[in-house]
Parts: sequence; structure tokens; C-alpha cells
Amino acid sequence: MSAVLELERLNVRFPLTSGVLHAVRDVSFRVEPREILAIVGESGCGKSMTALAIMNLLHRRAERRVEALRFRGEDIARLPQRKFNRLRGDRMAMIFQEPMTSLNPVYTIGDQLEEVFLRHRAATREDARRRARSLLEKVGIPAPDQRMRQYPHQLSGGLRQRVMIAMALMCEPDLIIADEPTTALDVTIQAQVLALLKRLQAEFEMAMILITHDLGVVARMADRVLVMYAGEIVESGPTRRIFDSPSHPYTQGLLRCLPQLSAADDADARLGTIAGVVPSLVGEVRGCAFANRCPHVVDACRADRVAVAAAAAEHSYRCLIPPERTLANFRETAR
Amino acid sequence: MLTFTIKRLFSALLTLLLISIFTFSLAHLAGDPAIAIAGREASAEDIARIRAHYGFDRPLVQQYLAWCGQALVGDFGRSYHYQQAVSEMLATRLPITLILGISALGFALAISLPLGIVAAIRPNSLIDRISLGLAVVGQAMPTFWFALVMIVVFGLTLRWLPISGNASWQNFVMPTIALGYFATPALMRLTRAGMIDALESDFVRTARAKGLSQTSILFKHALRNVMIPVVSVSAVQCGAMLSGSIVVEQIFALQGIGWLGYDATVRSDLPVVQAITLVIAAFYVLLTLLADLLNAVLDPRIRIG
Ligand SMILES: Nc1ncnc2c1ncn2[C@@H]1O[C@H](COP(=O)(O)OP(=O)(O)OP(=O)(O)O)[C@@H](O)[C@H]1O
Ligand SMILES: [Mg+2]
Repeated sequence: MSAVLELERLNVRFPLTSGVLHAVRDVSFRVEPREILAIVGESGCGKSMTALAIMNLLHRRAERRVEALRFRGEDIARLPQRKFNRLRGDRMAMIFQEPMTSLNPVYTIGDQLEEVFLRHRAATREDARRRARSLLEKVGIPAPDQRMRQYPHQLSGGLRQRVMIAMALMCEPDLIIADEPTTALDVTIQAQVLALLKRLQAEFEMAMILITHDLGVVARMADRVLVMYAGEIVESGPTRRIFDSPSHPYTQGLLRCLPQLSAADDADARLGTIAGVVPSLVGEVRGCAFANRCPHVVDACRADRVAVAAAAAEHSYRCLIPPERTLANFRETAR
Repeated sequence: MLTFTIKRLFSALLTLLLISIFTFSLAHLAGDPAIAIAGREASAEDIARIRAHYGFDRPLVQQYLAWCGQALVGDFGRSYHYQQAVSEMLATRLPITLILGISALGFALAISLPLGIVAAIRPNSLIDRISLGLAVVGQAMPTFWFALVMIVVFGLTLRWLPISGNASWQNFVMPTIALGYFATPALMRLTRAGMIDALESDFVRTARAKGLSQTSILFKHALRNVMIPVVSVSAVQCGAMLSGSIVVEQIFALQGIGWLGYDATVRSDLPVVQAITLVIAAFYVLLTLLADLLNAVLDPRIRIG
């Protein structure tokens, strides 16, 4: 079966007064039907910009360049706005990082849910209302009829994110992009919302791009992972493989931060931060962006852009050092 | 919504009460009204007689209560100068000012809303720059000067419009523009800024992610949020127009409340001045009340606490 989404060489730039900020650099990937693809990386590495670029929702100052963007085989990169709007909200939907502000404060929950269904389907208000009601039930909101008549400010953050999920599912999309859907929520509610997403993804047979900075979430949810650093993909592969044999020193560093992997008596390992700071994204990045934080760095790392290497089928990484060497060190320190 | 309305109504009435006390004391502290009526050359007996006749010799509180009680039933006394019931004078003058005020606000909104919206959709475009220019000029130009320029151009040179009186609707065209233009810059910049914010907001991003049409995004999702501050500022601007109408009515000899107020002040016609001050204040309170209620309709966060 063909991919739901294929992205080739996506670049997102912001022209600033101090220079050009390269938020996303040459990002390519595909999403297969019914899979959950996770994108992980630290804050500011370009996860949201990648998602927004796919949905054509970037800020108007942002410049998007993409070689190809195919949705179910159809090139949608240069689709006119009007035609793109037929897909958006219908075949592909998005859940945002900010549940508190993503709903319009002056319209009822019901209105905002029904609206997307009415837009894409030849449906009556009554149909839309029934559909909204059943989805609110599906996302676990008690007393849906009453909630539909309420306004966003009358709902908690967790409920609002559930409403956003219901809204994304109104037209049963083929692809759903969830951008850190639980970051803004209470810890107790985070697990519930993630479990809900996973259940609905299976039930609706959707493909999902799940953006997160939490590898624990990745382990529980994702079939495949993309690891992003400073605007580019540094490693990608099936979740099991990435956890078993991470081949990029940055991925190894992230995994070392996971509590269950670090030794309980080793304070440094438990704190598990990666020393150093992310390089500035303004101007061209020379060589490997991770070089200044990498424990394995060699001179060659700083010379040219590092090419992608294959570690196994479906598993690739962007590093000059052979994984055998870095992995041995990783397994030792992570014990 | 009902409790909200009652609360607002109550505070409006309270404000009005305070204003009436203030108006009353101001008039009586400004000088002895009996001397003002009798004139400078009057004898002490004459002044005493006048004082007794108008009841100025009673305690102030008693005078205030009497004035208030009569004002409540629409009796503002008689004009010292015209010897006519103040309420009758108000009845003929008030409609003129109301028409002027409403059409000036309508004019201001009809200019500032579309320009503000277009400027926000295309910031730094030609339209944005032109409207910014208009705003700067509008803010810098005194109303009276603008009115005089219009009179010279459209009234005297081109002879398109009458320059004084209130005989037909044409008499209202230039005063409306003069008065309305004054409120346009603030409303336009507010609409533009609000629209830019709204278009960059998360909820508009959600609306776009839903594949909604541009019309729906602009007019359903963004505009309603933009209108909330615009309504509040419109009320304030409308209040400012009431005082602006004193100048404008004077220039165009449009004999409304503003014109009458000026006339009465010059003649120290106390009952008229008091009544007009109270009426204008009442309008101000009413406008604020209307704006609050309209905003409560627009914004559920106000309506449902
Ligand atoms: N409007 C903007 N103007 C300039 N730079 C921007 C703008 N929006 C984002 N960026 C930059 O783009 C880069 C990528 O941002 P992005 O929001 O994709 O990060 P992220 O990976 O989603 O992080 P987080 O985990 O914090 O959500 C950041 O370095 C950010 O500074
Ligand atoms: Mg983000």
C-alpha cells in the first residue's frame, strides 16, 4: 500500500534582520497508513515548524521550500489554497500544542465542532450535531449535550484538548498530526489523553504524526521515530531499533536521559542532561550541528554537512562515526 | 445575562446620581445665580427678591432634591433668558444632535472598519500606508479647521452643500464628516491592530486547519473578537463627539444641543446649562451601558463569568 504522506526536502526559513533563520533543513520522511510516526527532539529543533509546513499553516513571514509533498500519491505542495482547503480538516487534521488558546472564545464548543463537518460534508445542522455529540462521547467527555452549549472558557485544559481531538476526528481523516498534545496538561491527564489518542488512532485506522520531546511517550505510542536536532533529522527508524541500538550520539544522549535506563546510584546519569547548547540556527550551519556537544567529535565533523548513512533497513542516521564505536560507549554509560 | 444587565443598570443609575449632584453643585459654587440673573447694576433688594423668587435662599440640599424631583418628571424649569420651558427647548434641539451623533459614528465606522481590516490583511501594502496617512492627518488636524476647509471648498467654491442651518439632510453632510472624521483614526488603528492579532491567534490557526473559507475565517472567527474592543472605544469616541458637537454645531449653525449649550453658557442661563450637562452625562452613561451590553452579547466570557 502506498504512503499516506511523503515529504521530500522540506526547508523552512525565517528572514530576520540578523540573517536567515533555518528552522527546518532538508527534512524528508514518509508516513505509512495506520502507523504512528513520532518526531522527537528538544525545544526549538523545528518539530512544530515541520508540522505546520505540512498543513500549510506557517506564519506569513516564514518561507517554505519543499521538493515534493504528496498526500495519498497526489502532489499537494503547489495546490491552490481553495483545493488545499478541501483536504485540510477533512483528510488531514491537526491537534495543537496549546489547548487553552486554540478554540475560539466567542463560539460554543458545539458550533466549532459542527462547523468543520458542515464545511466538508453535504450535511444538515442536525447531522453535524449528532456527529459532534457522538465524538464528544468517544473522547470521553461526560454530558456532551451540555458541553456543546458551553464556551471554551468553561472547560478545563484537559477537556479542551479532548474537544480539539474530537474536532480533528469529525471528518475521519486519513492523517492526524498531534503536536505535543499533552505538554500543556497536568501530568495525571497526560497519560489519559495519550491513551485516548492511541485508541482512536487504531479505531479510526488513521496514520498519525505524534510530536513530542518525551522518549517515554515514543516508547509507548510510536511504530517509527524521527529524531530531530537543530532543524534536521539526525536519526530515523523503527521504535524498537532506535531504543536498542541508537546510532547517533544525540539519540544516545536523549536515551541516557530516560530515567529507567540510567543507573539509580549514578547521580550524573540520572540527571542525564546533554552538556552544551544548541547552535544558533541563524546563518548556515557548518558541518554537524551536534559537533560542539558530541563526546565523539572528530575534526572531520566540523568540515562538511554529514550525509545520511544506513544502519539497517529502515534505520538511518546522520553521523560520521560508525555506530559500533559510539554504541559500545552508550551501552556502558547507560547501564 | 439578566443578572449582568441588572448589575450594569444599577451602576449606571448610581453614576447618573453622582453626576447630577456634581452638576448641581458646580452650578451653585460657580457664583451666586441671583446676581447673574439680576445683572451687575441691580440693587441689593432686587437680588434678594430674585433669590426668594427662585428659591436660592433655601438650603442647598433642599434645592437639589427639588431640582432632582422635577428633573425626574422631565421638568427642568424655565430658561432665564428665553422664558421658555427647558424641556421644550431640549425636545426641539436634542433630535438634531442625535442625528448628527449617530450619523457621525456611522460615518466613522463605515470608514475605519473596512480600512482597518484591509490594512490588517495586507500590512505595509499601499492601502495600509494610505490609511495610516489618513489616521495621522486626522489626529493632527483640529476639527474646527477641517470644518472650515470643507466650508470653503464644498460650500463656497463648489457650492455643493449648504454651509449652515438644519433645513434638510444636506445640512448634515459636512457636520457629520467633520465630527466623524475625528473618531476615525483611533477606530481604524484599533481595528487594524486587533485584526492583525486575531489573524495570528491560535484560534484562527485552528480555523485554517479546519479548511474553512477565507470569508468564514475573517468575518466569523476573527472579526467578532476584534469588535469587542471596537465597541468599547466607539462608546468613548461617541462621548467625545458629544463635546465635539459643541464646536461643530457652532460652525455650521446647526442648532442642536451643542449649539444651545454654548448659547446658554454665554448667557449664564443656569437651568438650561444644568439640564444640558445632565442630558449629555446621561447619554454618556447610556452609551457605556449599551457598549457593555453589546459586548456581553458578543463575548460569552463577559456574559457567563
Ligand atoms: N515566527 C518566528 N520567527 C522567527 N523564528 C521562529 C518563529 N517561529 C519559530 N521560530 C524558530 O524556529 C525554530 C523551530 O521552532 P519550532 O516551534 O518548530 O520548535 P519545536 O521543536 O516545536 O519546539 P517546542 O518543543 O518548544 O515546541 C525555533 O528555533 C524558533 O526560534
Ligand atoms: Mg512545538
